[in-house]
Amino acid sequence: MSDPDAMSDPNLIAADDDDAAERRIRRCAAIWRWALAVGIILGWEILTRVKIIDPYYFSSPSTIVKTAYVAATQGTLFVDIGYTSASTIVGFIIGVVGGALIGLSTWWSSVYGRVSEPYLVTFNAIPKLALAPILIILFGIGFESKVALAVALTIVPAAMAAYGGVRSVDKDLETLLFSLGASRFQVFAKVVVPWAMPWIVSSLRVNIGLALAGAIVGEFIASQAGVGRMILYAGQVMDINLVWVGVVVLSILALVMYAAVMTAERYLLKGMLHGSQLGT
Amino acid sequence: MRALDAVSLTIPEGRLVSLIGPSGCGKSTLFNIIAGLLRPTTGDVIAGGNSVVGRPGYVAYMLQKGLLLPWRTIIDNIILGAEVRGVPKKESIARAQPLIERYGLAGFEQHYPHELSGGMRQRASLLRTMLCDRDVVLLDEPFGALDAQTRLLMQSWLLQVWSDLGKTILFVTHDIDEAIYLSDEIYVFTARPGRIKAHINVALPRPRGQDAVTSTAFVELKRQLLGLLNDEARIAERQESLQ
Repeated sequence: MSDPDAMSDPNLIAADDDDAAERRIRRCAAIWRWALAVGIILGWEILTRVKIIDPYYFSSPSTIVKTAYVAATQGTLFVDIGYTSASTIVGFIIGVVGGALIGLSTWWSSVYGRVSEPYLVTFNAIPKLALAPILIILFGIGFESKVALAVALTIVPAAMAAYGGVRSVDKDLETLLFSLGASRFQVFAKVVVPWAMPWIVSSLRVNIGLALAGAIVGEFIASQAGVGRMILYAGQVMDINLVWVGVVVLSILALVMYAAVMTAERYLLKGMLHGSQLGT
Repeated sequence: MRALDAVSLTIPEGRLVSLIGPSGCGKSTLFNIIAGLLRPTTGDVIAGGNSVVGRPGYVAYMLQKGLLLPWRTIIDNIILGAEVRGVPKKESIARAQPLIERYGLAGFEQHYPHELSGGMRQRASLLRTMLCDRDVVLLDEPFGALDAQTRLLMQSWLLQVWSDLGKTILFVTHDIDEAIYLSDEIYVFTARPGRIKAHINVALPRPRGQDAVTSTAFVELKRQLLGLLNDEARIAERQESLQ
């Protein structure tokens, strides 16, 4: 009775408690995340120093940093990173946009959609990396062949995702637009594309990884630049430290691109997160 | 399957006319025909002396579910009809703004549909329908999914919009009270295939307050409609169980 506010609104206090608990869990998880990362790096360093793990094969964090510094100052590490990033990003964008257009185009004719479905499924099942030699012969050993491989890997998943979105479009929303006197193109632009957007966006995270893999395999097979070529070269001259630099650089690259895709997702999905389920 | 039999309606300009009948009697089919979304096997739709069969966009049509585009804000949903016709966005927002304020959606323009209550969403889609700049408005059970309280509010709101904007409204409902409370005329449909069973004039004075529903004239009309609909509901039920 001494605290009338607390009596009048018990829900508010419960919510405060929930918030505090949530914050505690989040802080705890963050601490553990960083501790684990530091632990792994430290453990790696120590175990290789005392020779429990063979430093010849597994290098060590300090050696990797030193090798990376040398590669960056005296070698072409930054050029390689730029090359790999550029072919990945260009391939990713062409693949995703092209795939999305293919998938979205199925809305215009249900016969065409049904005809193309088995072809998409089949092409999706082919290990596209097997096409790499052909693509390199077709596009040469330069930038284009890396982009082509990234496109080959990403275009079908994007098309499949968009096709799935198109198939699930709420017919009532189409009817609504037609009842307002909309043309077929207006229905497409104002209903079908936004409706399929969450499907397309959900394929982005997988696709950025596929694009990177495509670009690197292209560099493995024949290339004059790129992180993949650097790794291949380092392996051939038994410079295992430099291989590790390549692996670490690629991991960081993958993380950065993943984060960029997640930001793009939030932007593309603005306001449609509850789309299909809640729309009146 | 035959949804509609010989049906002929003449709707005078500026009236609010209800269609009432058992479920599956083809009212929605009739609306789709009038809206130009469906072509009838035979027959015609004449508006202002011209046939509008198969020409969508001549009337404003609010479908059963209300339907707002979930990825658009309320204001962008409300001006959708104008946008489809190519009216500049600024212009249509300027036109919509006073109505938005008047009909209790002020402050929610930038919200998304899922952030609003059912009644507000329904008002928004009704407003979109009204802002289509059509003389004729079709409303297919617009309040069917709302709770009784909200429904009453929405009904008086609709009457207000109607007298403000002076449209001709065709209204489908299952609810006898709603039909009487709102309408100038009521068409009673038979079970499938739908035919017109009765055409009733509602001579209650306007404006009608909430207490209109307890007047003797109202109760008398209700008794008459209940009698007409009871038989049809039974036939409709038998049809359904035979399927």
